[in-house]
Amino acid sequence: MPVTPLKLLRDWTCRQAPDQARWLVEQYTSLGQSGNEKDLHLFLGLVPRRLGKQDLTLTPQDLAMANQSYPGWRPEGWSLDGAARITALLAFESNRPFSDTFRDLVRTADARELITLYRGLALYPRPESLTDAVGEGLRSNMRAVFESIVHGNPYPRDHFDEHRWNHMVLKALFVGSRLSPIVGLDTRVNAELATILLDYARERWAAGREVSPELWRCVGPFAERVSAYAALQRALAGVPEQRSAAVLALMAADTPRARDLLKTVPDITALVADGRLDWNHLTLKEAA
Amino acid sequence: MFIDPHAHMVSRTTDDYEAMAAAGIVALIEPAFWVGQPRTFVGTYVDYLSSLVGWERFRAGQFGIRHYCTIGLNSKEANNEALAEGVMEWLPRFALKEGVVAIGEIGYDEQTPLEDKYFRAQLALARQLELPVMVHTPHRDKKRGTSRSMDVCEEMGLDPSWVVIDHNNEETVRETLDRGYWAGFSIYPSTKMGNARMVELLKQYGGDRIIVDSACDWGISDCLGVPKTARLALESGIAETVVRQVTYDNALAVYGKSGQMQAADWLDPAPIDQRTLFEGNSILRGGRDPLVEAPEDRRRDRLLIE
Repeated sequence: MPVTPLKLLRDWTCRQAPDQARWLVEQYTSLGQSGNEKDLHLFLGLVPRRLGKQDLTLTPQDLAMANQSYPGWRPEGWSLDGAARITALLAFESNRPFSDTFRDLVRTADARELITLYRGLALYPRPESLTDAVGEGLRSNMRAVFESIVHGNPYPRDHFDEHRWNHMVLKALFVGSRLSPIVGLDTRVNAELATILLDYARERWAAGREVSPELWRCVGPFAERVSAYAALQRALAGVPEQRSAAVLALMAADTPRARDLLKTVPDITALVADGRLDWNHLTLKEAA
Repeated sequence: MFIDPHAHMVSRTTDDYEAMAAAGIVALIEPAFWVGQPRTFVGTYVDYLSSLVGWERFRAGQFGIRHYCTIGLNSKEANNEALAEGVMEWLPRFALKEGVVAIGEIGYDEQTPLEDKYFRAQLALARQLELPVMVHTPHRDKKRGTSRSMDVCEEMGLDPSWVVIDHNNEETVRETLDRGYWAGFSIYPSTKMGNARMVELLKQYGGDRIIVDSACDWGISDCLGVPKTARLALESGIAETVVRQVTYDNALAVYGKSGQMQAADWLDPAPIDQRTLFEGNSILRGGRDPLVEAPEDRRRDRLLIE
């Protein structure tokens, strides 16, 4: 049995704040017994004051444990106080449905708190009951709030229907967020998404704007079905990142037409085959 | 480098944020107040407070300005008892949010019994939560209203060094300073303080415990009240140290008592602080080129909108 996220988070927060560890353990324990929301609010308010706001320090082993505990959970970039807040939410036991408690917390959250609340989504009890609150977060104009759901968070992969998933990816591109930190990006690709993204690319080009090279990652596997070859050919004639991305997409397409196009760019195709270019390293400079 | 410790940014545009950043404002405080017309539901008030700790902070951060706020039930809306009771229930939850540097702006408008009741209740809350207080002094019957505000602060056991009495003028400043409070001045055309008058006051009183703010809001007001006053003061021969006190140091000293505001927030931010949604001065929204022209010039002269 892998260790639960709650146990991991308890250990990490107490380990990094040894002078507050006793207080933390007392609070986690009493929140698990009292079910009193006022105590929860007070704890959430006090945590950054008592623990400070530094990054949560995690070793590669910790991250591996996190991934075992909940596949796809990547707590990189979490803060210490955020981790303690999520620990409290996981420890909290009450007769009230968690989704009601969560909605109230979102209603009064400050910007940084919102990010924390959403980062823990996949770990909360009955996560499927949180979809309304998650929808609000996705609609947020605050990019970091949006990204707290989208990046390093397995919740969308596990709980979004195809429509919501596709609009999440589209919005990520729209607001200039990276796609590669999305958990499950390659497993949840679909033809509808490829069509939407291809339309989006054409709309951008018509307005004289560029598109993110990452877009082609979700188009490649469906290049044949959505007739993306002309667009990919245009990308092949673009800046180095676009060229690499188009090559990666065409390799994923793996059709006769794609292979023909790849023959026109043997140099980049060779670099991809050698593993020197990939979706996280679209230029050699990045890869070096 | 300036702090504007009183600015109602929910009513201001991005042009204002750009102009403020360009003029050297690094941090501002947005006091909870009314929004030009009364709210009639508790829920709209709650959402307003939520926007002060969330959305507005994000907006400011996009321009490299650190946003703080004060939380409170203002004197005008305190007169709607049903609303006031409801809002009072929510205040403690907001008062402990990140970046909340005081309870405020609270005090008197028409000096009614209900205003008095909720002023006192919020002073008690400030004491309990160990937060500074920003007091809004009334526009009408100002002198007596200001004295009374300080009387009540003392009756409620507040330490004057934790209280800013705002919207002072020539008639109220002496008593405010003598009683040990911080004296705020709002550089606001027509109804409050002019900056030439402010310079005269600085000549007379120096910079100790005096704080200059713009109080810019939905009315005809100037979001550059603080930097413009600083410039006028320097040109009028006021010592640089005094100007710095009244446009930066003093606000930081009193509101910093909350533990929620320190110079490192803007002097030493992470390059891109994802968790606090703050983009340092060199990084502009969406990787746009840094602005070199003033927003006014741009609005008028730049024809292309891309």
